[in-house]
Formats: sequence, structure tokens, C-alpha cells
Amino acid sequence: MEEKVLMDTGNSNIKTVGFWQSPWFNPKLIIGSILLLSVFLISNIGPIFWDKDMALVGSSPTNVVPLWVTEKPSGLLKDADPAHPLGTESNGRDMLAVLLVGTPRTLRIGLIGAGIGMLVGIILGFTAGLMGGWVDYVISTLCDTMVSMPGLAVLVVIAAYIPQMEVNNLAMIMAIFAWPLPARSIRAQILSMRERDFIKLALISGSSKIDIMFREIMPNLLPYLAASFVVTVSGVILASTGVETLGLGPTRIPTLGTTINGALRATAMFRGMWWWWGPPIVVLVIIFVGLFLINVGLDEIANPRLRGLKS
Amino acid sequence: MMDTKTADKNLERRQVALDLKDLNVHYETPEGDVIAANNVSLKIFRGEILGLVGESGCGKTTTAMAILRLVQPPGRVTKGSVVVREEVDIFNLDDQELRSARWKEIALIPQGAMNSLNPVMRIRDQIADVIRAHDGMHAKSELKERIAELLHVVGLPSRVGALYPHELSGGMKQRVCIAMSIALQPTLVVADEPTSALDVIVQRVVAQTLLDIREKFGMSILIIGHDISLIAQLVDRIAVMYAGNLVEVSPLKKIVEEPLHPYTKLLIESIPSITEKKPMRFSSGITHDLRNPPPGCVFQSRCDQVMDICHKVVPPLLEVDSDLQVACHLYGNDE
Amino acid sequence: MKGLTKEYVLKRLGMLILTVWLGATIIFIIPRLAPGDPVEGMIGKMAITGTHIENSEEMIEAWRARFGLDKPILVQYFRYLYNTFTFNQGFSLSSFPATVDSMISRSLPWTIGLLTTATLISFILGNLIGALMAWRGTPKLVKAALPISLIFTSIPAFMLGILMIYLFAINRDWLPYAGGFDRGLTVGWNWQYISSVLKHSVLPALSVILVTIGSWALRMRGMMITTDGEDFMILAKAKGLSPWRIFWAYGVRNAILPQITALGVTLGTIAGGFVVVETVFAYPGLGYLLFEAILNSDYTVIQGIVFYIIFAVALAIFIVDLTYPLIDPRITYKKG
Repeated sequence: MEEKVLMDTGNSNIKTVGFWQSPWFNPKLIIGSILLLSVFLISNIGPIFWDKDMALVGSSPTNVVPLWVTEKPSGLLKDADPAHPLGTESNGRDMLAVLLVGTPRTLRIGLIGAGIGMLVGIILGFTAGLMGGWVDYVISTLCDTMVSMPGLAVLVVIAAYIPQMEVNNLAMIMAIFAWPLPARSIRAQILSMRERDFIKLALISGSSKIDIMFREIMPNLLPYLAASFVVTVSGVILASTGVETLGLGPTRIPTLGTTINGALRATAMFRGMWWWWGPPIVVLVIIFVGLFLINVGLDEIANPRLRGLKS
Repeated sequence: MMDTKTADKNLERRQVALDLKDLNVHYETPEGDVIAANNVSLKIFRGEILGLVGESGCGKTTTAMAILRLVQPPGRVTKGSVVVREEVDIFNLDDQELRSARWKEIALIPQGAMNSLNPVMRIRDQIADVIRAHDGMHAKSELKERIAELLHVVGLPSRVGALYPHELSGGMKQRVCIAMSIALQPTLVVADEPTSALDVIVQRVVAQTLLDIREKFGMSILIIGHDISLIAQLVDRIAVMYAGNLVEVSPLKKIVEEPLHPYTKLLIESIPSITEKKPMRFSSGITHDLRNPPPGCVFQSRCDQVMDICHKVVPPLLEVDSDLQVACHLYGNDE
Repeated sequence: MKGLTKEYVLKRLGMLILTVWLGATIIFIIPRLAPGDPVEGMIGKMAITGTHIENSEEMIEAWRARFGLDKPILVQYFRYLYNTFTFNQGFSLSSFPATVDSMISRSLPWTIGLLTTATLISFILGNLIGALMAWRGTPKLVKAALPISLIFTSIPAFMLGILMIYLFAINRDWLPYAGGFDRGLTVGWNWQYISSVLKHSVLPALSVILVTIGSWALRMRGMMITTDGEDFMILAKAKGLSPWRIFWAYGVRNAILPQITALGVTLGTIAGGFVVVETVFAYPGLGYLLFEAILNSDYTVIQGIVFYIIFAVALAIFIVDLTYPLIDPRITYKKG
């Protein structure tokens, strides 16, 4: 009901802004990226300074408390040992080594699972959006059904039947439930873009549908795809950690989730061995918070309206 | 002679329903304030229908919203007073008083009645809302009767009360809004573009309804719109606005036969006629930047009778004849 | 004019049946994708993990017969479907002769009770907070809660559960750390039992609530802001209605509608997360049963639990879908 009384004065307000004012200088995006990058770097550089083999069962003395613990929670635990600054657990794995070995594996599951999921999701989303008709109907119904299903439960059944669970097949299973969400949002974006005039113009001027897909639609979709990817990685790591905590993760070499499962099975909680389940959780929280901040940051960049909104 | 003199006196003794004085509304923009309403002063008398016309963006809706104190940020009222029935100063009420004065003194038939009804409430509940809020709780049967009456006045069957807004046509929704507006028999009803977005036949029905409620209840109506030919069929007086300024206020007959302000002349002449063929007239010049109005008359850049003084002095709204006001240097002191 | 139409109910029922059927079919297919005879497969895996099976000979015979492994695959499939839809999931492998259904029926009430309550609390509180945030006059302290609770939403519920166990149950003795109730209490409608149950449900419920409440609040706040810009809000204000009335009947009533749709969609995810939460708390529901079944390689129980989870979630979504037209009178006019 407000009157729009502004007239175009002919002033051009377009100025190129430096980095410090550009929307890419988004604090959330930057902090999130820093968090993730640190995790990534440490887990890749760390093994140079620390022996990875100490993550194997029986490689170290069992039940050693971390370096800075002065009072042992229980007499059954061994004294602190500088060779194992983060302590060891009851299978004889050094916790620092476990972190250095497990983190990249968890990250890999996330990236591979999300990568495959996004790929399938993009292909199906594009197909559904551009082709319409019964193809769209089938794909959409499938998406809707899968999204509302308790994915973790089905993943459990699938995982239970895999004889030798490894990082790669765990990642592929995750992809099964990772594709519907990106597919749905891409399809929605394409449907709304299809009606936009610049697409109609491209169609009229004779570009082929594939041309349109790559030259006109894709560039506009990139911010959504990026945010979608980040969310999917987060979801895959969440689901895979859940499956691993339940006991269906890769068996020989640890990941962050399987470590937690080990801690649960050995009732580490009541034995006071917080350094068994604590560090994996801390690393996972850093990863999740980092991904969350990146996602919110990307959202704010894509959607200028959100930038000014403070709660 | 005697008749016109007593006629004049009768005009003066007419009761004032709404007295709007020196209304100024500014809209904040990053590049400066836009003056949406500039010293707008208007009197609406009891029982009259006044039409407020002008092109899009001239400030008429802003003025209407300001009367109800509904101007939303980034707009703000910087100056002005609105007095109802020569008693209640709307702008001086606190929140509580304002809430009880709303609808009882001034009611609104909003622009876009299509979307102005709560989609999840039945019609009768929405009307009951306003009755209960101002008149206290009513027995269910009393309310039911009263709502049915209101619906009948606007020509709708009482079963409409049980329906939801999406089950009604555009014209019916508009009439529901009219019924709701008269529920408390307010002093003034502000109808913001009551017939836009309706087809011609429904427009007629709505227009007739407005006339009917004036007949029946004697309330004043302020109709805002840009379709002069339609508004002309309803109103007693017309007020013309341009770029936030009131430029002419005059009884219907006089303004149609003999428009005074150059802008009004353009408006009247632009009404297509079924009987005669008129050449299309284009007005020269463009509207000025509303953030930076030039000194002097606000219409200077489009006026074909512009004089030197128009660039320097703002023409005041002067009463040039009985009940006739113009803001133009062509008329006034030298007359 | 408002409410359920036959077409709407039938369509939703169709979705329910489709989802359940799809889930059951997936559960049927997966074991058969592994090479070899499914029963051999089960026994083989149990042998690797060293689980001892009582009465293995009889059990293998019973399974062979039940599976009808000598019959063509389609017959097996239809027998399976028949069994599933008559709620007959067969026998547990590691706890033979206990039936899967009996084990599940003992655990199911715990899960349903806690999960439903926690979800409802999170939904109602979250939306309330979100709505109040968009309204003027909410104190700044409350408004600051939003970004904090938002960060919680990215962490899985079970991790929060582990942290809370450590902080509140082990470090300090405020709340119990495991189980559904204290051992040694007589089960029944006596206060000791009930209060014990309640105490044990606090932390698991909190894990779920804290992790989901932020997203409800954020979205509700957004919806309230959007609703506030609608035309009917302007008229509501012009009508001089009390701010409370406008807040509830014109604001919340409209803003809540998309949230209810969203509730249906997120139920599956919440249920999945809750399964792991139960594991962490050794809460005697379906989740913990699943954890133990995995530990014992008890495949039939695993399959049974997963099926019932799919079924329960689909049913819950169906119920939520049914409530929607009761709140939004327009829905039956859209392609509901």
C-alpha cells in the first residue's frame, strides 16, 4: 500500500567495490571455511609428524590417560605418557593417531557420498525440470517418497548386509539417500527459471536445450548448487556417523564414528575415559559448525535480503 | 440572490466529518526524502462523498493511509492533524485510544480487497471480530443477526457469513469489505480504489452499493481512485492531487464542466467520450524528481500555461469561489 | 466446505501404502542381492562374529520353510508381503524362539512415547519462540537465543546426548545416564515408576528437542514476517483489533500452515536420528533394540525394526497430512 514515488534520476550507482565491501567478505563464510580448512590441513599434515600406525589395534599400551590429566578417574587406568598425549583406549589405539587417521576418512565419506549424490541429484533434477510430463511425475514422486522415509533405518538394513564395509562402499550407500533433496531443489529452481524471459528468449532464438542448460541456467544455479553441496556433505557425514555409531561402519581402520561406537561398546563413559569419545565428537562438531556457517554465509551472499537481518 | 446567499450560509453551517490539516508525509530513501504528501488540507463534510483522484504515485493512497495512521516505514508523517467530527484528533491519541477510535470513527475499504480478508477465518468471524473489539461481547444470536443485516445491506445473502474468503468472487469479497466497514456506523469510510481489478458489471454493483450505504446511514465516504469517469458517477465533490500536492477541490458539476487547474483540465479532457471524437493530447515535459522538487509550483514542468511566478512561488490553495479551491497562479488574488 | 474430502484422504492413503510397500520391497531385495542363500548368509555372518546359536538345526529348517527358498522368487515375495502386512516378522535369530514382533512390541511404546512427546514439544515451543521473535516487544535476551539454538541444529542429536550424559549424569548426578527406568522398580501405574520413567526420559528428549527447536523457530520467524506484510494484516490493524488477537488469529494462524507441512517431511529424519540417541542412552526403545540386533547379527530383528520404523513414520506423516485441511480451509481446493 506504499506509494512508489521514486523516479529514475539517471544517476548510475554502480561502483566496483573492493574485497572488503564485497558480499564475499562474509564473516560466517570465512569463519566456516577457516574451521574446515584447519581440520583438513591438520588431518593431512599431521601424519607427517605422528605415527599413523599407532591407530591400529594393539599398537600402544591400553587405557592411558591424556597428558594433562593429573587425577586418574579410576585406578584401572594407566598413567599419562608423553608418547600418547591424548591417551589411548582399551584396544590399544593411540587417540591422537586415531584422530589423524579417522578424520580424513570421515571427510572422504562425506565428499564422495555428497559428490555422487549431487551428481545424481543434478542429473535427475535437470531431467525432471526440463522434460516435464510423466518423467517429471515419476522422479518427483520418488523424491517425495524418499525424503519422507526414515533414511537412516533403510541405510542400516543395507549396511548390515555388506560383508566388508569400507569407506568407499559406505560413501556410495550414503549417496542413495543423498540425491533426493538436491534433485528436488534443482528441479524447483529450473521450473521457476523456465518461466523467466531470458530462457524463453533463448528458446525462441533457436538454442538447443542442452545449450540452454549449460550456458543460461547453470551459471545462475551455481550459488544454489554450492549451498546444496555443503548441506549434502553435512547430511552425509551426519548419516554415516550415525550408521557407524550403531556399529555398521568400516571395521579395521577407524573413522570418527566407529571410534564412538567402540567407546559405547566398551562403556567408556562409565569408566571415565572421556578422551575416547570426546575428541572424535569435538572434531565432528567443528566440521558440522564449519559447514553450517559456510552454508549460512553462502545463503546470505545469494540472498542479499538476508544480509541485513539480525535477530 | 437571497437563495444563493442562504445556500452559502448552509454550506458554511454544514458539519465537518473530517478535517485534515497540513498533512506532510515523507518517505525515506537512501538518496533523500521523497515528499509523498505536501501540506495537504482537506475538509470532508457529513454525508458527502468526496473523490480523491490523481495519477499513480500522486500521493492519494498515502494521504488515505495517513488519515488512519497506517503509514508504514519507510514512510512517516512529519506534520499534520486529522480531526474527526470536530472532536477527536486522531494524531494525538495514544495506542489504546487509537485502537478504539479506529473503525468506529474511520473505517477502511482497502485497495485489493481480494487479499484483505484473512484466508483462514470465516466471513462472519472477521466481521464479528470488529464488532466484538469495539462494542464488547455480544450474544451469539445477536451477532448473527447483526452480521446478516450488514450482509443484506450490501446485497449478499446471509449464508455468505459461513464461507471462507476463497469461496467468494472478487465482487463479493469487495462487498464483504464494504459491509465490514459500515459495521460500526463510522463517521467516515475511506474507500481506496474500491473498483479496480473488478470487471465492469461488478464495478457498477459496487458503486451502487456505496451510494446505497450513504443513503441509508448518512456516513461520509472518501473514494480514492484514478478512474475519473467512474468516480464521477458517485461523488459530490472531487479533489485532485498531483505529485503530493492538492491542486483543486471542486463540486462535481463545476470541475467537469469547467476545470480550472491546468492539470485538472488535462485529466478531464483525457476522459474518452462515446459521443465525440477527441484528438489525443499529450502533455509536454516530464514529472520532476520527487526528492528534489523545484521551487515554485509543482506542476511547472508539464504546464502549458506556465508563467514566471510559477518557477518561484508555490501557489497556495485558495478558495476561489463558493466551495471551489484551486492552487494555481492563474487564479487567486488577481481575480 | 472445510475439511477432508474423500479424494484428499484417498490420495494420502495411497502415499502411505506406496511408501510402506516401497520400504518393505527394499528390505526384501537387499538380503537377496548378497550372493547365496539368505539363511546361509545370516548364519555365515553370525559365525564370523562368533555368536552362538541355540538350536541352530531346527532354526535353519524353520527359516528355510518360512522363506520358501525352494519356490520361485515371486512366490517368496508375495509370501513376504503377506507376512509383513499381517505383522508377522518371524523369529529372532539370536533370541530364538522369541518372535521379532514380540520383541518389537515391547520396545515400540517407549520409542513412540518419547519421540512423539519430544517432537511435539520441539514443534510447539520452537514455533512459539519463532513467532514471538517476529513480534515487537520481545526482550532482547530471548532474541539472542535464536542464533545459539541455530548452531545446535547442525549437530546430530546423539552427540549432544553423549555430551549431556557426561555433563549431567556422570560428572554431576543430576539425571540418570541410561535405561528407561531404575531397575528393581515394579512396573505399573505407581508414582515411583512413573517418576523414574520421566527422569530417564529427560536427557534423551532434550537431545532431540535442542537439536530441532532452532530450525522451527527460524522458519516461523520468517513466516511471521512474511505474513505481516500481507494485505489482510493491514486491514486487521485498521480494524483496531487488539494486538494479541492480530498475533494469534491473523498472524500465527496463517504462518503455522507451511510449518505443519514441514513437520511431515522432517519426521523421517527425526526418527532416524532418534534411533542413535536411544543407543547412546541405552533407552529401551526400537533404537537400542536395533543396536543390540546389529551387535548380535540378528538379521530378522534388524529387518523387522526397520520395517516398523518405516511404517510408523509413514503413518505419522499420514496423520499430520490429515490434520492439515482442518486448519487450512483452502487446501481441498488445491491439488491437495
